[in-house]
Order: sequence, then C-alpha cells, then structure tokens
Amino acid sequence: MNFTVLQFPASNCDQDAVHAVRLLGHSARLVWHKDASLGDTDVVIVPGGFSYGDYLRCGAIARFSPVMQAVKQFADNGGLVLGVCNGFQVLTEAGLLPGALIRNRDLQFHCENIYLKTVTTDSPFANRIPAGKILRVPIAHGEGCYFADEETLAKLKANNQILWQYCDAGGNLTDTANPNGALQNIAGICNERRNVAGLMPHPERACEPLLGSDDGKWIFESVFAALGEKSVTQAA
Amino acid sequence: MRARMKAKIIITPKKAVLDPQGKTVQNALAHMGYTGVTGVHIGKYIEIDLAPGTDKAAAEKALNEAAHKLLSNPVIEDYKLEIE
Repeated sequence: MNFTVLQFPASNCDQDAVHAVRLLGHSARLVWHKDASLGDTDVVIVPGGFSYGDYLRCGAIARFSPVMQAVKQFADNGGLVLGVCNGFQVLTEAGLLPGALIRNRDLQFHCENIYLKTVTTDSPFANRIPAGKILRVPIAHGEGCYFADEETLAKLKANNQILWQYCDAGGNLTDTANPNGALQNIAGICNERRNVAGLMPHPERACEPLLGSDDGKWIFESVFAALGEKSVTQAA
Repeated sequence: MRARMKAKIIITPKKAVLDPQGKTVQNALAHMGYTGVTGVHIGKYIEIDLAPGTDKAAAEKALNEAAHKLLSNPVIEDYKLEIE
C-alpha cells in the first residue's frame, strides 16, 4: 500500500507520518507542496505542522498549493485522504471537510495526551478500532476548537460524520476532557462520502509502546483494512 | 498625477463563533475599571495597495472574491471592504 504524505513549508509531522506507516509495514513517501501530481498513491496524509507559518489563518495559504488541487481531484475520485492537526485545518480551509478550527477557548497551546471516543467505526479510518476502545493519543495545537454552524452540525450528526470526540479515561464526554472547547467535544470528522477525514490529535505519534501509546495504530490499521477490502472487491 | 488607491478590509469573527481573545480583553478592561463595555470582538485589518488609476468597480469585484476565497473564512468570519 502506498501512502503519500504532503510536505508544506513548516510541516513538522510529515516524517512522523512516514515513520508510522513504514513501521506498520507499508510504504510511504513525501510529496512537495509545489508538485502538481501525487503520482501512484492509495492514501494521502496531510500532516501536522504550521504550514506557511499559519499566516492569515491556519491552513489558509496551504490550500492553494498546487498539490492541493491534485488532492482535491484524488478525493473527488474517492481516494482516501486523512488530515492530522494542521492537515485537518488545511482540509477544512480547502472545503474538503465542513466547519473550521479556531483558537482554543483558553488561548493556550495544548501539548498533552488526551482520550478519544470513536463515535462510529463506519469509516475507512475507524473500521478496525475495537468496540468500546478509548484511544490515548497526543494533541499539540493552539487552534483546534472545532466550530460549525448549527445547520452543518445537524448534518454531521444525521450523516454520522463525527468520528471522534474528546472524552475522559472512562469514555465520558465531559467538558473538562475537552482540551480546546470544540463543539460537542468533536476531535475528528469525515465528509459525507466518508473518504476524507480529519482529526486534531496525532495518531502517527502514538503507534509504538516506546512513545507511550500505540493506540494511534488502530486508525492506520483501519485504513489498511479498508484498502485491502477494496482491492479484493475490485479483483472479484 | 493620480492618487494612490487603497483597499481596506476589516475581518471580524461571526457572532456565533467563540472569541476567547475578545472575551479576555473584555475581562481585562473590566478589571481596569472601564465600565459599560458590553462586548469586545477581535478581528483583522488588511490594507491592500492598488495601482493608481485602478477601476474601482472592477477592484471591488475582484477583492470581494479574494476576501471570500482567501482573506476571510466565511464559516467563521465576516468582512467589510472599503476602497478609497
């Protein structure tokens, strides 16, 4: 399976994403933001970081990169795209995911481990997460407060597009477990077609016990499984 | 010689969007004893220099498009555009 990890000026989780994918037994390569083509790829990861210095708004400039036109086309054709942290911000700015990420409610940058509840496993990004499993993964962001207007929020719920919510260790969706003030504790969502997802936490930084948690691997395993199933159906 | 033209764009958070910066400044003002402040909203101000002799109507159309696509995020922000 071939993963493509985008690289913008000031991306800083690109190598982590490549490392995680390779560690889990698949191939990954970096594609520079000025490239207009993704080449041969099964999945695109838009990594974390501070693309273009977060100037104007997080992700606002990156979305106009030549490579993002290719990502848009890839997504339109049903390709799997996962945005992590700044990558999530880029995908909302690009209109590939609804809503926006704004300043954390306490104005602080949060760098800590949090707990995630998987709302639905019905997505290529969550299908292998064991039922009831609470994921412990790190966050590192200053602008991770998910916002969407009421109409969008209702649509997200109706279509089961909320994938992950911040919770406490017991899986309760409390306000104290919400690190940034995100509406309804939303940590990650997908688009209506379910092939594009974004989340503020960093699964790629939690794929081996050495790093304190390997819960993030379930998200990658889900993607591997989704693509495996797809190629089997295509072959049949 | 024609006068220089300038576009001024003021971007503010939408009313429904949490504005923790505005709230913090509002609290600070209250602590300092400035009474009667019922709200503070913090946004951005962008000044764009335009070539002398630019057609105002055309610039307005183009900048509205730019403000919608790049300069502001319509999901969370409103903007006001002025050309002078």
